[in-house]
Amino acid sequence: MKKLIAYVAVILVICLGLGATSHQLAASQGAGGDKVLNLANWGDYIDPSLVKQFEKESGYHVNLETFDSNEAMFTKIKQGGTHYDLTVPSEYMVEKMTKAHLLVPLDKSKLHGLNNYGHYFMNKSFDPGNKYSLPYFWGTLGIIYNDKFVKPGSVAHWNDLWNKKYKGSIMLIDSARDIMGMGLVSLDKSMNTTDTATLEAAKAKLDAMSGNVKAVVADEIKMYMENNEAPLAVDWSGEASEMLAENSHLHYVVPSEGSNLWFDNFVIPRTAKHYKAIYAFLNFMTRPKNAAKNAEYVGYATPNDAARKLLPKSVKNDKQFYPDKTTMDHLEVYKDLNPRIVGVYNDLFLEFKMYRR
Amino acid sequence: MRKNSNVAFYVPYVLWLALFVIAPMLLIFYQSFFDINGHFTLGNYVTYFQSGTYLAMTFNSVWYAFLITAVTLLISYPAAYILHYMKHKQLWLLLIILPTWINLLLKAYAFIGIFGRDGGLNNFLGLFGIVPQQLLFTDAAFIFVAAYIEIPFMILPIFNGIEELDEGLINASRDLGASPWQTFTKVTWPLTISGVKSGVQAVFIPSLSLFMLTRLIGGNRVITLGTAIEEHFLTTMNWGMGSTIGVVLIVAMVIIMFLTGERNKLKKGGKHHA
Repeated sequence: MKKLIAYVAVILVICLGLGATSHQLAASQGAGGDKVLNLANWGDYIDPSLVKQFEKESGYHVNLETFDSNEAMFTKIKQGGTHYDLTVPSEYMVEKMTKAHLLVPLDKSKLHGLNNYGHYFMNKSFDPGNKYSLPYFWGTLGIIYNDKFVKPGSVAHWNDLWNKKYKGSIMLIDSARDIMGMGLVSLDKSMNTTDTATLEAAKAKLDAMSGNVKAVVADEIKMYMENNEAPLAVDWSGEASEMLAENSHLHYVVPSEGSNLWFDNFVIPRTAKHYKAIYAFLNFMTRPKNAAKNAEYVGYATPNDAARKLLPKSVKNDKQFYPDKTTMDHLEVYKDLNPRIVGVYNDLFLEFKMYRR
Repeated sequence: MRKNSNVAFYVPYVLWLALFVIAPMLLIFYQSFFDINGHFTLGNYVTYFQSGTYLAMTFNSVWYAFLITAVTLLISYPAAYILHYMKHKQLWLLLIILPTWINLLLKAYAFIGIFGRDGGLNNFLGLFGIVPQQLLFTDAAFIFVAAYIEIPFMILPIFNGIEELDEGLINASRDLGASPWQTFTKVTWPLTISGVKSGVQAVFIPSLSLFMLTRLIGGNRVITLGTAIEEHFLTTMNWGMGSTIGVVLIVAMVIIMFLTGERNKLKKGGKHHA
């Protein structure tokens, strides 16, 4: 009995100690301090040397915290345990956070170089007039093919994936919205369709390609494609650029008839405190030279047209990641659909996954 | 004082059970009565039992779990039996248990390497002039890997069952003129059946809700209830529906426990009275 009490006491003391230490750490790392910027970003999604340069130039200390899903970040900010000054949600999450009143409007008078951004990337449906968000990187959904198995140019449109000769050769990204979207575009419909009959039709269309599908997987696609495991895959441009860097046989195509246009954006959450640091950082990152450097490090497409001009020719003229005007005009941004429709998308996608040849 | 200290030693267990077993089950049960907008409803259950998709998925889950269990049992029983007569059986047993020390994901990734187009197995087959086969993302690969992972959990209880078996009974059966087959079916099997039953429980129940393997090895060409739960909690955010499937799984598990556990006890009781 005495032993038990002693153990419990020891555990309590350790807990208290840990609690106190973490509190001290939080205090010393800023949170409380004034010359700081608390940035929440995706892992490895900013050039560390730029962060150093910003710290040196402005005197603010950047506390970088990372997250790995929009939903996790959303929940954290909503519950209020954080003190982020800036965070980087994807476009549909910007819409969701706006609706949940979690964002503070941008003060345009304090932002310089807004005209560096290309008109394709501003004033989108998820944030009209860019009231709350500033685009950080953008990308598309497309087809990756391996020229060892597929003749270059023979796959350029979604409907090419339905060709009988690709039996058991396609890997799909495990994402309801994207794959249902692909089915919808192949029927010439919008990726934001909410009409159940059209969605059913898209699912029936997808069922017809079921025999061509090798697997429906997530991040592993990257590994499989790099290892020449499959001739074709449907994935996001960000993932594609990483695969292409590893395996020179891989190529990326955005079908010109339409696809998804996605964004990751800077926003100021309700929890922000250090406004001077926020605007200093946003202006720093908007500077063409810095944005170009960051784009080279991250490898995603930058919405900053002035920065794009500074990138090496092989990058800025790469049709794979900076598609031509026709394609750009057909790209669609996902709208934040109501939960019932999201449910329909997911149920149909689940049914498609269960459907066998 | 003595009594008090006994109570104190119970407290951690009771707390543990209450917090990590009872409370989560109640929460799942409670959640399953709410729709996506947080209104009370029985709709989730209606949807479940009216939807061909979910029923097909349930059938799939049970079918694959059955296959995995059958394959595992088929390999484990002879293995445990041979193990019993081995010289350094503790060492061999340790070797069989060893893979459970390695994280499940690592093992799954290792199999991706083995089964891949340029993987070890295809290279080996290539030596005999066999062209690379599609091994990953097939039912066979999925069942093979799942069985590989579950085997230690089947061998252990069966091995213990066989160890407890009184060698004298087998000798007596032989002395009385039974053939080896008769000895096995009339003596060994009935006396080790309890080990088999706990093995089946330990394998069948987790197999019902496998979901990482269905994606990594099955390439989502094998869809089980576990996949659906993951989807509902992470992408659809329809926790009610996810919980409903969870409740169905719990009920399925209770049924399996009942079928493999309770009857066994009754039988034993019966024998004692006879």
